[in-house]
Amino acid sequence: MEWETVIGLEVHIELATESKIFCSCSTAFGAKPNEHCCPVCMGFPGTLPVFNKKVLEFALKAAIALNCEIPKYTVFDRKNYFYPDLPKAYQISQLYSPIGTNGRVDIEADGVVKTIRIHEMHMEEDAGKLIHSDIDNVTYPDYNRCGVPLIEIVSEPDFRSAKEVVAYLEKLKMLCEYMGISSCKMQEGRMRADVNVSVRKKGDKQFGTRTETKNLNSFRAIEHAIEYESERQIDILEKGGVVHQETRRWDDEKRVGSSMRSKENAQDYRYFPDPDLLPIEIDRDRIEALRAGLPEFAQEKKARFIAEYGLSDYTSSRVTADIRLATLFEDAAKACGAPRTVANWLIEIMPKVLDDLGVAFENATIDAGQFAKLLSSVESKKLNKNMGVKALEQLIAQGEKFDFDRYLEDNAVVMEGDEDKIREVVRRVLTENPKAVAEYGQGKTKVMGFLVGQVMRAFFGKVDHDAVNRVMLEELQTGGQK
Amino acid sequence: MMGLLDHTALELGAMIARGETTSAEVTDAVFAAIAAKDKDINAYIGVSKELAAVQLAALDKAADGPLKGVPISIKDNICTNGVKTTCASAMLADFVPPYDAAVIEKIKAAGLPVAGKLNMDEFAMGSTSETSHFGAVKNPHDLTRVPGGSSGGAAAAVAAGEAVCALGSDTGGSIRQPASYCGVTGFKPTYGYVSRYGLVAYASSLDQIGPVAKDVADCAAIMDVIAGHDGRDSTSLRVKHPSYLASLTGDVKGRTIGVPEECFGDGVDEDVKRAVLDCAKTYESLGAKLLPVKLDFMQSVIPTYYIIATAEASSNLSRYDGVKYGFRADKVNSIDDLYAESRSQGFGDEVKTRILLGAFVLSSGYYDAYYKKAKNVQRRIIAEFGEVFKRCDALICPVAPSTAPKLGESLCDSMSMYLSDIFTVPVNLAGLPGLSIPCGTAKNGMPIGAQLIGARGADATLLDLGFAYQRATDHHRVIAGRA
Repeated sequence: MEWETVIGLEVHIELATESKIFCSCSTAFGAKPNEHCCPVCMGFPGTLPVFNKKVLEFALKAAIALNCEIPKYTVFDRKNYFYPDLPKAYQISQLYSPIGTNGRVDIEADGVVKTIRIHEMHMEEDAGKLIHSDIDNVTYPDYNRCGVPLIEIVSEPDFRSAKEVVAYLEKLKMLCEYMGISSCKMQEGRMRADVNVSVRKKGDKQFGTRTETKNLNSFRAIEHAIEYESERQIDILEKGGVVHQETRRWDDEKRVGSSMRSKENAQDYRYFPDPDLLPIEIDRDRIEALRAGLPEFAQEKKARFIAEYGLSDYTSSRVTADIRLATLFEDAAKACGAPRTVANWLIEIMPKVLDDLGVAFENATIDAGQFAKLLSSVESKKLNKNMGVKALEQLIAQGEKFDFDRYLEDNAVVMEGDEDKIREVVRRVLTENPKAVAEYGQGKTKVMGFLVGQVMRAFFGKVDHDAVNRVMLEELQTGGQK
Repeated sequence: MMGLLDHTALELGAMIARGETTSAEVTDAVFAAIAAKDKDINAYIGVSKELAAVQLAALDKAADGPLKGVPISIKDNICTNGVKTTCASAMLADFVPPYDAAVIEKIKAAGLPVAGKLNMDEFAMGSTSETSHFGAVKNPHDLTRVPGGSSGGAAAAVAAGEAVCALGSDTGGSIRQPASYCGVTGFKPTYGYVSRYGLVAYASSLDQIGPVAKDVADCAAIMDVIAGHDGRDSTSLRVKHPSYLASLTGDVKGRTIGVPEECFGDGVDEDVKRAVLDCAKTYESLGAKLLPVKLDFMQSVIPTYYIIATAEASSNLSRYDGVKYGFRADKVNSIDDLYAESRSQGFGDEVKTRILLGAFVLSSGYYDAYYKKAKNVQRRIIAEFGEVFKRCDALICPVAPSTAPKLGESLCDSMSMYLSDIFTVPVNLAGLPGLSIPCGTAKNGMPIGAQLIGARGADATLLDLGFAYQRATDHHRVIAGRA
C-alpha cells in the first residue's frame, strides 16, 4: 500500500533586536547564566512589560515577506502555564489577533516549485533555559533567554516530504537573513521547529491523526524525526493499530522519538488579552513603506547575477544562498572586474581556507576591497593560485588589519617570471645532493619530490611550485651538467 | 489640645516650611502614634524607620513642595526598595523588592518620608481587610468593626492618627470604601493617571494607586506628587496634568450633579441614603444643579467585575510558584508538587477562591461565555457612562450600601461582601475617577461616605467638587474628632 506523509510546521525564530521584547536587557548569546536579566524579564512582583518597537518592525517585515494579511490592530495575549523556565508563569504571545494571517511562500524541492500556505504568524517572548547538573542533581534556571523576541510561523499541513520541509526552512532562513531580522542560527537555538506529522493512504482526502514532535534544532534532526515518525505511524497502521494524538520528543543522538504527553493531558493555556499591554495600531502606510524597503531576495539576486555577471546557474545559487556572501561577491566583483573568478574563489577556495583556519564564515571579517585586490593580482598572474590562497588565509586570519599591498611587500614572492633565480637555486640543490641525483638517474623518479622540497624550503615557500617543478625537470633531464 | 498629628498633611507641610516644626518631629510623632495605637488597630505590617531616616537625612535635596517633609504611609502592595513588601500574604512575607514603585520614586523626590507599610486584604482581595496574613485591621471608630478594604490599613491609620496620609490602591473600591467606613477622604484617579509600575498587580486593567487622607486638599496635593506619565507602564496616559491642588476653587456654581436612582433603592441603609442625599442637597445649596439619571447597567456590574478581576488575578498571581522568590513549600517530590504545595500553603482562602474563579472563567470552552461576555458588558458600561457625562459633571451616590460591618460578619457570607462593592466597581470597570468623602454618621455611630464619580480625566473637577463640600461642611472634621 502506498502511504503519504502530511507535515505541518511551527517554526520559532528569534529576532535579532539588541534588547529583549519587553525590557531593555541584552539579547546577546553566550553570556553567563542570569547575566542578562532584570526584574521585568524575571517576572518580579509589580513589574510591567513595555513593548520594544523594533520587534514590531522586524515582525512586520516577516509578515510582509510571507505575504500575510496584516490586521489594523494586533494584540498580545497571555498564554498561562507553569514551568520553571517561565518566570511569570505566562508567556506573552498572540492568539486572537496575531500580526499575520493567511500568508504563503513558494519553495522549490527536487526542481518542483510549490506554494506553502502560512496559517498565521505571531510575536511572543522566549522562555528561559533549564540546566540540569548531574553533579549535585539540581536543575538550575537560566533566565537570559527570557524575553528574547520570537516570531512563530505556523504553516498549513502542506508538506509531503522531509525534503520540502528542509526547502521551506531554508527559504525562511534566507528571507530572515536577507532582511536582517534574524541570524536563524539553529545551533544557537535562534531557529527551532515543532513538526506535526500524520500519514494517510495516497488519494485519501481526510488527514490521519497527527503527532507533534517538539523543539527540533537542526535540519538533520528535522529530517530524521519526520522520517522516523512517518515510518512509525505507517508501521502502526499497517499492523491494524491506531495512531494516538500526542506530543513527542526527539533524541537526536539515538535517533529515536518518544511520547511526551497525550492529547488527554494537553494543557489549557487560558489565553486572554494581556491587560498590561495596549493593542498596537498598524498604520497602512507603514506596511507599504516597509514593503517598498524589502531587499532583493535570493531568487531575484541569483537571476540578476547570472544576467549581469555571467555566473552559471549553479554558481549564482551558491553565491546568493547567503546574503553576506552575495554582498561580498558583488562588491568584490565590481572592484576587480573578474566576477567569475570572484565567485569561484568564494564557493570553491574560501570554504576550505575557512575550514583550515577553523573560522565560520558568519564570524569572519572579509574586506571586499582587499579581497578584490588579491584576486586582481591572481588574474594578472602577479600571484599564482597557491600564493593567492596563502594571501587569503592571511586576509581572513588578520581580519580588519589585513592590507594586501603591504602583504605583497612583506612577502616578496618569487614568481614565474623570476626563472633565473629559481634555476640558480635548483642547480645548487642538485649539487648539494649528488646521491639523490644519482638515484633519479637510476629511475627512482620519486626523489624529485624531495629535491623540489629542498628548493621550496630555500625560498621559504614563497615561490611558484609549478615553476620549480618545471625547472627541476629540465635540470634533471640535462643531468645538471651545465 | 490639638496634637501634631491632628493637622492635615498640607498644614504640617506649611508648619515645616515655616520652621514651626520639623519633618523629623512629625515623623517621630507618627512612629510614636503607631507604637501607642497599632496594637489595637493593626493598620501596619511594618514601620520603615531606617528608610525614613535616610530620607530625612537627605531632605535638603528633595524638591520643594507643599508636602515636603510630611511623612506618608504606604499600602504594602506598593514596592519599596529594600523594605519588605508583603501584600499581606504568607507568599511574600519576606519579600524585599530590589526596586521602588514609580510612586515611591516620586514620593522620595518630593521629600515625603515613608513611615511604614500598611496592612490590607491579602493581595488586595477583599472588602474588609480581614484576609491579611498579619491579622485583621480594626476600625478606629469601633474596634469590633472592620475598616473596609482592601486598603483598610491606609484608611484606619489615617483615621486613628497613626498616619498623616497614605497611598492605597483601588481595583473595585479598595480606596473609596475603607475611606468611607473610616470617615476619611480617598481618591481613585482616572485609570492611567498614576503609574502602576511597582504596584503588585491584582487586576491590571482595573488597579489604580491613589491617596487616602484627612481631606480633599491633601488628596489633591498628593496627586500633584504621584500623577504623571511613566514609560515603564504601557497603560500610563500621556496627558498634561494640571496642579490638582491649585485647581481647587470651591466654586460649584453651574455644575450639574447626576443622582442615579439605582443607587438609592432597596438594599441601601436608610441612614446612608439620607446622608448621601443630604450631601447632594448641600451641593444644590452651593449652586449646583441636581439631575436624576439612570444607570441601566447596575444589575450586571458585580458579575462583570468579578469575572474580569479574577481572570486577570488568576494570571497575575501565577508567578508566585515557589521557584524564584517568596514562599516555597519543603518536602516536595516533584516540580508539580512544588507548585501545588507552595501555592496551597502560601495563599489564603480568599486569594485561592479568586484564582480558581478566574482560572475557570478563562478555561477552554468557557472563555466566550464568561470573560468575553464580561468584556462586552464592560464596553456597554463605558458607553453608558459616556452618555450620562454628556449631561452632568459628576454623579453622586453612596460609596457602600451600609456602614462598616462587624468583624467576621462578611467572612461568613462572601456573596454579600461581593455585593457591597456594587457602587464602587463600575468606576473601575470604566476607568473613571472616584472620590469618597465623609458625609455623616449612622445611628450606629459609624461614618458614612458619599461617592462622587467623574468622567474620564475629570479628576480636577471631581476633587474641586469634594473640596467645595468640605469647605462648606464639617463632616470630615467632626468624624475625625477635629471639630
